[in-house]
Amino acid sequence: MDYLLHTLVVAVIYSAFAVSLNLELGFTGLYNFGHVAFFGIGAYTSALLSLAGFPAAASLFLGMGASGAAGALIAVPALRLTGDYFGIATLAFGEMIRLFFLNERWLTKGPMGLPGIPRPFGIHGGVAGLPFYLLLSAVLGAGVFLLAYRLTRSPFGRALKVVREDEYVAQALGKNVLSLKVRIVAMGSLMAGLAGALYGHYITYISPSDFTLNETILVLLCVVLGGRGTQWGPVLGAFLVIFFQEFLRFLPLPVEFGRVVAPLQGMVYGAALILLMLKRPEGLLPEYRV
Amino acid sequence: MIQVEKVSKSFGGLMAVCDVSLDLGTVPITGLVGPNGSGKTTLFHMITGFYPLDKGRIRFCNEEISGRAPHEISRRGVVRTFQHTRVLPFLSTRENLLSAAPNQRGERLSSLFFKPRAVKEEEKRHWARAEEILSLIHLAPLAEELSGRLSYGQQKLLELGRVLMAQPKMILLDEPTAGINPTLIRRLIEILKELTRKGVQVFLIEHNMPLVAEICDRVFVMDSGNLIFSGTPAEAVRDAGVIEAYLGRETRAS
Repeated sequence: MDYLLHTLVVAVIYSAFAVSLNLELGFTGLYNFGHVAFFGIGAYTSALLSLAGFPAAASLFLGMGASGAAGALIAVPALRLTGDYFGIATLAFGEMIRLFFLNERWLTKGPMGLPGIPRPFGIHGGVAGLPFYLLLSAVLGAGVFLLAYRLTRSPFGRALKVVREDEYVAQALGKNVLSLKVRIVAMGSLMAGLAGALYGHYITYISPSDFTLNETILVLLCVVLGGRGTQWGPVLGAFLVIFFQEFLRFLPLPVEFGRVVAPLQGMVYGAALILLMLKRPEGLLPEYRV
Repeated sequence: MIQVEKVSKSFGGLMAVCDVSLDLGTVPITGLVGPNGSGKTTLFHMITGFYPLDKGRIRFCNEEISGRAPHEISRRGVVRTFQHTRVLPFLSTRENLLSAAPNQRGERLSSLFFKPRAVKEEEKRHWARAEEILSLIHLAPLAEELSGRLSYGQQKLLELGRVLMAQPKMILLDEPTAGINPTLIRRLIEILKELTRKGVQVFLIEHNMPLVAEICDRVFVMDSGNLIFSGTPAEAVRDAGVIEAYLGRETRAS
């Protein structure tokens, strides 16, 4: 039962993370391969502030704000690059942030990570706090979902799709393409930051190895599997991926097998992505009828 | 109201547009003709800000627009179509039109969150306007269809519809009739004439000379990047330079 609650919390957090990536990837066509950086900035900012004695609830939102600001800041130069080059720049940015967490020991304690991050609203740090943390995550996750819904089911969201479909047409119709992209990356980073902060306060321990390229690929898989450019796709994708990941643990495999199977996980995700691209690029919940 | 003053554009060693000056004045429909590769589309790209100018300047309503970004020029009321149709394939026909409405409140985040009612009302107005345009371009039954699935001619009309939706002062059409059947061409002409009655100026690239003669009040002819003629369509077809550009020089076998 507790295990189910735990899996639900992680799935909800990943849903918010996937929804935030979907704003960029699904609606605007921006291939952000460094999205985990914003998840990490949110997590570290919030963790450091709360460990320094700030109320954890306030830290959560400050982590979100810091991540959004970082997103807006990095978006301006990165978005002057087009297409694939933007992908490469964000990939590099993601790696840069991870190396920052790893090497700036005075701030982040490097590879040791940050243990003992308090949970907000006095939620118990152990198993006893699970139902409350699930409630908190669900409320904030729903907030992220509704914000994304409002952003995309609007003339603003339509303009994003115009940019996705054809930047020249967008310009010819008077859309400021750079401004639209910067705004959506800032919003996406804001939400990813909140998801990251929620994650840190939930696990109560974070280290640089939580924010590797693997996480970006995992969240990418959530979005693509569920359905890019849809409201519910990333949520469905996140639940499927997280539940699949957690239930793998119950496979009755001999212990010596574990060593072999663990690295296989990454391969399974990679293979799943390739298979999806080939067989069902629109995801389980397609944006439009094909 | 567009004045082009001595503009040039070269790509490497190729002089695509060479020292071209033209003034559209208040002529309702102006044509731009010339053989393939004569620089017509390049000139369109320059007017609409998609290509920066090497030399010269361009003014619209007595304000300099050269050097401005395409979206700024579009917002001032100079809206174009593209030579190869560019609909937004995964948006519906209606969404294609709605997205073209100018200066939308709902594209600003502050209004979206703090003035939702104003956004909604504006959207309702745009929706009604889109309905009008849909019936004008005969696409009302296909409003919900993905625009990528429309036929080529329908996509061309949708592009024109999108320009109408943008409420421009000046429209630049790059080969609007290419690939459209004769019935739809008549429809297109009606729409253009209706527009000019409302005071919108039209500047179009067109290869169909009878059509140019029928609808254009004035025509400019380009050849190899140079402007070689300006006058009425009737004069153009008699002009020796124009004939030479299209058909080559007559040589007498001796």
